[in-house]
Amino acid sequence: MGSGTKVGKVRGLGSAKSGVHHWVAQRFTAIGNALLVSWLIAGLVMLPSHDHGAVAGWLAQPIVAVPMMLMIVSVFYHIRLGLQVLIEDYVHDDGLKFAVLVLLTFYAIGAGAVCLFSVAKLAFAGGPL
Amino acid sequence: MAQSRPRPLSPHLTIWRWGPHMLISILHRVTGDGLAIVGGLGLTWWLFAAASGPADYATFQYYVWRADEADLAGLIANYVSRIVLIGLSWAFFQHLFSGLRHLVMDMGAGYELKTNRTWSLVVMAAAVIATIALWAYIFTRGAH
Repeated sequence: MGSGTKVGKVRGLGSAKSGVHHWVAQRFTAIGNALLVSWLIAGLVMLPSHDHGAVAGWLAQPIVAVPMMLMIVSVFYHIRLGLQVLIEDYVHDDGLKFAVLVLLTFYAIGAGAVCLFSVAKLAFAGGPL
Repeated sequence: MAQSRPRPLSPHLTIWRWGPHMLISILHRVTGDGLAIVGGLGLTWWLFAAASGPADYATFQYYVWRADEADLAGLIANYVSRIVLIGLSWAFFQHLFSGLRHLVMDMGAGYELKTNRTWSLVVMAAAVIATIALWAYIFTRGAH
């Protein structure tokens, strides 16, 4: 593979030197997701009720809100990395690829922000219970 | 430099006889993308509804789980959402177990033909079993 010729690098055809970081980050977030999403599913299944009071009160506890926020970051980071690979495999038009990657980034960061804010609001407001 | 005929392409899906290793590979991608889009939006909707207060959360719950008996559209939404939720849970287990298999393969293990085939089948079976176990537990316990 190598890192390309000098002129190739100038034209943007050489190694971008960021592939390893993507690969490693995908695996770190995968391990985070394996632990934290499993924890969320177990927690949700074991809740005695799924009405607003029970769910909001559960999410408001520090011992739940913190892992929940960590899960949100890990999940949306992993979503950003995984869908990027899908797009790079199937979208070959440069302009369209750029547009879809922008859209993906906005989705991952935007939805992640909504989720983080929602948990923070419940946690800091104390939540009904 | 003019080419007299098209350059050969590497063989693609249509030319191979399907095996578990191919199925598990494409399932990893399909379940990952499904979780990323449907699961990501669902998680966002759920948390935003919870943070918006009891009235908004009740609307979320109404369409996802318990519409009025008389509301046909609501009941249809409930059925669709249950199928989506069961599908998402299967996708999660499939992607999780398949991902663990990938972590093992990242270490260079499990590439022998028989081993690879066996673990592909084990992973897919385990995902189905875990999904059935989860929903059997939820439904026997009584849904809320």
